[in-house]
Amino acid sequence: MSVNLLEVKNMTMQFGGLKAVDSLSFSIPQGQLSGLIGPNGAGKTTVFNMLTGVYRPTQGEILLSGKNIVGMKPYEINHLGMARTFQNIRLFKNLSVLQNVLIATHQHISYGLFDTVFLSKKFQNQETEMHAKALSLLKIFHLENKAHEKASSLPYGEQRKLEIVRAMATDPILILLDEPAAGMNHAETHELMKTIARIRHDFNLSILLIEHDMKLVMGICENITVIDHGVKIDEGTPQKIQTSEKVIQAYLGVEA
Amino acid sequence: MHKSVKTPLIAFAALLLFGGLLNFGVNAYIQLIVLFVIINSILAMSLNLVNGYTGQFSLGHAGFMAIGAYTSAYASTQFSFFSESFGFIGIFVTTITGGLLASAAGFLVGLPSLRLKGDYLAIVTLGFGEIIRVTLLNMEAVGGPRGISGIPSFPNFFFSFSYSCFWALICFFFIWRLIRSSHGRGFLSVREDEIAAEAMGINTTKTKVQAFVLSSFFAGVAGALFAHVTNFISPSSFTFLMSVNAVIMVVLGGMGSLSGSIAAAFFITLMPEALRSLQEITGVDLRMVIYSLLLILIMILRPQGLFGDKELPDIWRKYVRKSA
Amino acid sequence: MQDFVQHIINGISLGSIYALIALGYTMVYGIMKMINFAHADVYMVGAFTAYYVAKWTGLESSPGVSTLLLLLVSAMIICSVLGLLIERLAYRPLRKSPKLNVLITAIGVSLFLEFSGQVIFGADPKVFPEVMNQFVIANFGGLELKSSDVTVLGVSLIAMVILNFIIQKTKIGRAMRAVSSNASVASMLGVNTDRVISFTFIVGSSLAAIGSILVGMKYPKIDPLMGMMIGLKAFVAAVLGGIGSIPGAVAGALIMGLSEEMVVGYLSSTYRDALAFGILIVILIFKPTGLFGKYSVEKV
Repeated sequence: MSVNLLEVKNMTMQFGGLKAVDSLSFSIPQGQLSGLIGPNGAGKTTVFNMLTGVYRPTQGEILLSGKNIVGMKPYEINHLGMARTFQNIRLFKNLSVLQNVLIATHQHISYGLFDTVFLSKKFQNQETEMHAKALSLLKIFHLENKAHEKASSLPYGEQRKLEIVRAMATDPILILLDEPAAGMNHAETHELMKTIARIRHDFNLSILLIEHDMKLVMGICENITVIDHGVKIDEGTPQKIQTSEKVIQAYLGVEA
Repeated sequence: MHKSVKTPLIAFAALLLFGGLLNFGVNAYIQLIVLFVIINSILAMSLNLVNGYTGQFSLGHAGFMAIGAYTSAYASTQFSFFSESFGFIGIFVTTITGGLLASAAGFLVGLPSLRLKGDYLAIVTLGFGEIIRVTLLNMEAVGGPRGISGIPSFPNFFFSFSYSCFWALICFFFIWRLIRSSHGRGFLSVREDEIAAEAMGINTTKTKVQAFVLSSFFAGVAGALFAHVTNFISPSSFTFLMSVNAVIMVVLGGMGSLSGSIAAAFFITLMPEALRSLQEITGVDLRMVIYSLLLILIMILRPQGLFGDKELPDIWRKYVRKSA
Repeated sequence: MQDFVQHIINGISLGSIYALIALGYTMVYGIMKMINFAHADVYMVGAFTAYYVAKWTGLESSPGVSTLLLLLVSAMIICSVLGLLIERLAYRPLRKSPKLNVLITAIGVSLFLEFSGQVIFGADPKVFPEVMNQFVIANFGGLELKSSDVTVLGVSLIAMVILNFIIQKTKIGRAMRAVSSNASVASMLGVNTDRVISFTFIVGSSLAAIGSILVGMKYPKIDPLMGMMIGLKAFVAAVLGGIGSIPGAVAGALIMGLSEEMVVGYLSSTYRDALAFGILIVILIFKPTGLFGKYSVEKV
């Protein structure tokens, strides 16, 4: 049996007296597209923040490829292959679209300050390579023509796509998408979901997706974890989740 | 010739030509002001690295400048080896030592910056700058409140000019190229959004300390130049006002614009001189009052500074495109 | 032992003056999240107001309680007006600007007041008039309880009690607390933020004016740069207590005053000013929220 790519054990986050996430366990096998759903305020983003090292869980273990990453800095976790997008869009607003993506490739360059100042061969080669890589990633989301525009000048939907491109430029093995379709219309959402399925295949990615629109997640995820008030209430295939009593109850009055 | 040194050399040659003209064309007073413009440019560009490009608010630049100035001044007045043969090598060694000691201090100040942001960081760097000054004030070895006088000058104006320009160009091209590399983009990402930068694999801690270290090196160099140009330094040469002055140049020129920093260095250095005639008319020294009032007005009317984050060529292109 | 008690008395007296100024920093920070660098110079203007009022009205030759009250009131009025003007003209246009710009503007205002002060009042120190007769109230074998210390303590205590009443019991005080805890929610709930800010500046500047007269009584030498050091120390006191917290500012100021007196008394007065920076840096590195500061998590 293969080891799970991500293994979360009894992860807990306590803010003062409030348990935002309570003893949550789940796992993601290599190559799976998983969903994390729950009503508003269920603690989904807190889960992402713990996984990526922004918050340190009060308790529990997070194993990425078998290695415990609790207590690591966000950039160290990123270097191990976990990348993310942000629900409230955190692009480098005043920089160009291309620069946004290039920043994410920083960990793959090996030239130093000396190479930079004297414009060495090493510097030039790696810069050319990174530019090409960034452009090819932008192409997947049809953003290559906007490479030199300011990130903040993009329409909302494209900003979300740029977030995904930027995360992919770090060469992740696992990518966490926080409500990638928020604010998009039906057609845009549909197209985005197709692209996500495609990159997952082409780049051999594992994906964890947060959405609170149930229908959308049901469409593409293979496995779904449902949380409410920081506690896991169910887990399984979309078919199973759709008929789950507890899930329907949790969503009653919140979503149709 | 390798292309990395071609542009700087051409620029240097052009400046030398200009220096040759100044050498004979103008009086010593104007020559001194020209040197202050160059020194202030280095100060502003180096601070721009921390304040403008990395988005960390430092208010203690005068402290680093002081360390560079005192190091170079002390070495060249105390060690007979240097004062006897204060030739090119001696000058070069003391300048670089001043820069290196300043960057060591920059490292120490950079460390607390890892936990602090915005206003708090500004206050702590202000505190560090003052601590450096108070320490110098209490150090008898460097003259205490009397400072160091009789610092050897450079041989002549043309030498001072070329040597200062040499460092200004190094500072300019170093930062210019750095910002256009992956390392520099790391600096920018810290300014834009630290949390996103970390999530994209940028070690923001390391980046911030790097910015402080590099920036204070050049501040130290500027200090060393200052010491040899004025021949006299004391703790009161490096007060809080000097740090404020550096910040003002950065903000006035535009955060993240090197050409802006240079333009602002010109403006800030020349303005008090230009206002001297006003003093003759009114009889009171209103220069600093006007200076502070101007500062407030700029913040209110043009908060992004003269150039914003654009460089002179960008602005030129925009202007040409518009008029075409 | 006698020395020690004397230092304690001096320290508390000094600390209560710091507290009056620190309150102005902390209230403005609580409401606007900005460091009002110009606060120390408003304090300076307060001292000069009292100086000129006393001179022009001839009050300087008749020290007493009524003189004290008159000087207090006139300095408070002038400082309030100045505080209001600064807020209106310099800070309000920048309400939505980046923090850096606001901070630089505040430094600009501070420099403007200092340099204008040097032009208008002259750079030389002036002797502050005698506001009340100085005498020793009690003498316990060398240990002196001076009338000035009692006045300083009494006046600052009364000022703080009134402040506490305003903040806890009045409508505008409630609005201040609301804006301080969450400005955007408060304004959605109908609190007039601009009015609250103006009021905060009036209160802060008045306290600074009171502080300036008390300092004038204790150390009767005033000059246009007198605000720099004391302002910095008061600011450190506010940070030490947890900036934005009113009881914190008072506690921080007392700690500052006491430790400064102890350093001067038992070490050396050259370290007097370095102490403030030392405390500041240690606090900010190890406990940036200060003693009474609130813990906050950045939203991601």
